[in-house]
Amino acid sequence: MSVLLVAEISGANIALDATAKAVAAATALGPITVLAAGEGVDPAPLAALDGVAKVLHVEGADYGHQMPEALTDLLLSLAPGFTHIVAPATTSAKAAFPRLAALLDVMVISDVVAVESADTFARPIYAGNAIQTVKSNDPVKVLTIRTAGFDAAGSTGSAPVETLDPVAASDLASWIEDRVVTSDRPELTSAEVVVSGGRGVGSEESFALIEGLADTMDAAVGASRAAVDSGYAPNDKQVGQTGKVVAPDLYIACGISGAIQHLAGMKDSKIIVAINKDEEAPIFQVADFGLVADLFDAVPEMTEKLK
Amino acid sequence: MKILVPVKRVIDYNVKVRVKSDGSGVDLANVKMSMNPFDEIAVEEAVRLKEKGIATEVVAVSIGVAKSEDALRTALAMGADRAILITAADDVHTDIEPLAVAKLLDKVVEVEEPGLVIAGKQAIDNDMNATGQMLAALLGWGQATSASALEIADGTARVTREVDGGLQVVEVKLPAIVTCDLRLNEPRYASLPNIMKAKKKPLEKMTPADYGVDVTPRLELVKTDEPAARAAGQIVGSVDELISKLKEAGVA
Repeated sequence: MSVLLVAEISGANIALDATAKAVAAATALGPITVLAAGEGVDPAPLAALDGVAKVLHVEGADYGHQMPEALTDLLLSLAPGFTHIVAPATTSAKAAFPRLAALLDVMVISDVVAVESADTFARPIYAGNAIQTVKSNDPVKVLTIRTAGFDAAGSTGSAPVETLDPVAASDLASWIEDRVVTSDRPELTSAEVVVSGGRGVGSEESFALIEGLADTMDAAVGASRAAVDSGYAPNDKQVGQTGKVVAPDLYIACGISGAIQHLAGMKDSKIIVAINKDEEAPIFQVADFGLVADLFDAVPEMTEKLK
Repeated sequence: MKILVPVKRVIDYNVKVRVKSDGSGVDLANVKMSMNPFDEIAVEEAVRLKEKGIATEVVAVSIGVAKSEDALRTALAMGADRAILITAADDVHTDIEPLAVAKLLDKVVEVEEPGLVIAGKQAIDNDMNATGQMLAALLGWGQATSASALEIADGTARVTREVDGGLQVVEVKLPAIVTCDLRLNEPRYASLPNIMKAKKKPLEKMTPADYGVDVTPRLELVKTDEPAARAAGQIVGSVDELISKLKEAGVA
């Protein structure tokens, strides 16, 4: 058995935490070859990950832009000889991996939360309301890993790096632009603390309260789907089944009622705090500590006292 | 330009999911079923493109049990012109895998020759997020998944995609596959007159055998479990008490 694992890379930036967690999840499946495809990538941090036998480094603008057509063509050229092709379940892998699987004539297995054996995997279905365990009878297993539940692989190794040429560019699609907000805050899916706001926050301006508490705690900012749909927070902050799945040490939900869709994205957090003025809110049923209070009083008070 | 919209009949998103005690799956007997919410967004987008004069015809296709006709009638009531029902299962608990669905859609595209396929980004039952991408692969077309904005011009689709870092804008050459995210549009409700009219719109009935596609699943279901439950904790009386609890736990 041998694993080809696609590192999550945007431009030159390696999402090391997500990649290291996927490496940890795939370690039991055999020696891991990591693909570092991007633009201006330094593959050294990937070569250092424990469990990695080799790194393949490929440069190309389309890879840096995470274009699924280009990434799929590259993966197809590398696939022969590997029994498992794996990536963290990021939006780029979710775009490319089903495409790859179809061309290999195998079924993709998305959002794996547990690797039971070389061919048997558990994944959430119905927005996390059920966990399905499936056995794949396909010759190659194409998997995306929901990384939140895995500990990251360590960085004590030193695997060799081999540089490859990019494959011919596809003209099916072209990148126009990324609209990415850069922030000094920790990244949502790897932060130790996440402070999230929901519909109860009431406006984009009031979302500054959530950001204030987050900055005081060196936390990432999250939002419920209701808050994103209402325009209080941008889409990339959405925590939930169709947004990001997080499992920080501490998750503070402010003005979030706790729809199943949202719970699916944060219920694996180690400690959950709920601040909501509605004592009947379902979020209290999963919270370790609940505070029935108006977030407009409680959040500024908490921010002040933690400074 | 013709637009093809695949739609799936799934458990209604408001229904509480119950895992069957024998671990064989989720209980779908006698529960309310509806069109997959992401597919409603796809139908809406296709109908809007027709209303703008960009699309000439909207064809909805569904693959599943015979009752999937309900989802197609909803699509027709929303404004699709005609429908294709591919009956691929007898039991509502049989989920046709995205790979098999993509292979069937590949054959439908061969016949219909649409200029664009708009699909939901995922079905809320199996949450695979795969069918659109798999279809694009089989057709050798470009793809733009998780769309939150779509413009058609000069033989291309300019798509704003929701990605991990924020938004990404790409251009895909037509024909192409676009899959919809939640914020692409707000689907209309079908009016009663339109629901009545939809009953008379053409609906073609097919089977996988008609297309020569094998829908045997590649993934064998071992078991379906309830997720581990999380116990409710304690209600604290004040911010001070909350902070002291968090400090005790070593997280603040």
